[in-house]
Amino acid sequence: MNWRPGADTGRLRARAELLAQIRRFFLDRDVLEVETPLLCQAGITDPAIEPLRVDRGRSVRAPRYLQTSPEYAMKRLLAAGSGPIFQVARAFRDGEAGSRHNPEFTLLEWYRPGFDHHQLMAETAELVCKCLGTRGQEKYSYRELFRETLDIDPFVASLDALEALARQHLDLGGMSGDRDLWLDLLMSHLIEPQLKTRGLCFVYDYPATQAALARVVESDGVPVGERFELYVDGIELANGYCELTDPTEQRARCERDNARRREHGLPEHPLDEALLAAMAHGLPPCSGVALGVDRLLMLATGATDIREVLAFDWERA
Amino acid sequence: MANYSTNEFRAGLKVMLDGEPCSILENEFVKPGKGQAFNRVKLRNLNTGRVWERTFRSGETLEGADVMDRTMEYLYTDGEFWYFMEPDTFEQYQADAKAVGDAHMWLKEQDRCEVTLYNGSPLSVAPPNFVELEIIETDPGLKGDTASGGSKPATLSTGAVVKVPLFLSQGEVIRVDTRTGEYQGRAGKS
Repeated sequence: MNWRPGADTGRLRARAELLAQIRRFFLDRDVLEVETPLLCQAGITDPAIEPLRVDRGRSVRAPRYLQTSPEYAMKRLLAAGSGPIFQVARAFRDGEAGSRHNPEFTLLEWYRPGFDHHQLMAETAELVCKCLGTRGQEKYSYRELFRETLDIDPFVASLDALEALARQHLDLGGMSGDRDLWLDLLMSHLIEPQLKTRGLCFVYDYPATQAALARVVESDGVPVGERFELYVDGIELANGYCELTDPTEQRARCERDNARRREHGLPEHPLDEALLAAMAHGLPPCSGVALGVDRLLMLATGATDIREVLAFDWERA
Repeated sequence: MANYSTNEFRAGLKVMLDGEPCSILENEFVKPGKGQAFNRVKLRNLNTGRVWERTFRSGETLEGADVMDRTMEYLYTDGEFWYFMEPDTFEQYQADAKAVGDAHMWLKEQDRCEVTLYNGSPLSVAPPNFVELEIIETDPGLKGDTASGGSKPATLSTGAVVKVPLFLSQGEVIRVDTRTGEYQGRAGKS
């Protein structure tokens, strides 16, 4: 049994300083720090994210889910009139382990009533530059980025064309899937590596099928999800939305998620009725973003593996 | 054989890919926060030695390959096959030229080698990292010339040709690093 920590004292100190810096940033802007529960009655329906379940315990009457992000609870606070809020929270995602993933990790999540996603991107850039020092910044729509780096239009290219492009560069065996699979593959395997030299790179306005919980609007003749991702030196650091506020649409998306889970033989998860009730009451127009604190610390300290910045990673925990 | 899921892929795990036995070298988990998860895997094809990079959807499985590494004693060659013996069971295996590959240059009788078995037959042979072999042919030694730093080719008992310092002569036994083919010193010294 290896009892020793994976992070050295320098990195433990850097983490403490980073957390202090984050709190100061939001204190200066009158954004309220909140804490919400980790073990909740509802999980997430998103088929690409799997929550860990807790089934036993004297207090556990029905299965509870370790939160994959504090999003739902924070939106309930917003609906109750909290105003701008932030949280530094532990989040858990089953099966996610690698050089940039640990199944238990730290998320910084914040919400800004009245902001659109472009305003929130600007604030995210300010925070990241405060923590890492000023760096170059670029901003592309998802469509522009695909056109520029791969010379393909992700919104109109046929599924066959997307697959052919991926296979031209990658050995994929008998892989098959829908449009989003090929788009995810092109993004993560061919585009991301090209972002390594671009400093802060925001990508915004995703295909509507990848909107997750972002509002969908029409742009340039196609429906886009007002979602953004921030890459820093090619590392995916943050994901934000101009938030969906319509409870009917929210319910429909969750049900669609569960239908896709059924198709793929994944467990279905109950809808968060408390969130839906809060949205029915009224979620103020807002934007929110979740940022990986461990990855920010990796960037700040030049670590190449997430285990170097965690006191005790999953295997040592 | 058991099936292994992408999250069980570790360096050294032997699996079948497109009908070929492979050894996993690296397994990188790639997942956009809101997208589908992939595993980018580097494997060595144990038949050809070539490195293969294949991307899988996370959760896909591969069948394990019946591949084992065994330490064996090299016995002899009859020109067509090379014979090895497992020291505990005295069981003998014959390896063909494809399995032995470049290792034949370094095989000395009774040396211990790593033999990789696939479905019970030798697939590849790795010689010891260091071997001691006799020089059977080289230009006459220049006595006392230990400082000039020059070198000359020497043919060893196994047929391998290595560069050696000028002062060495026929009949001497030298130590060679089989990974680089470089002379390390006279045998018995370091």
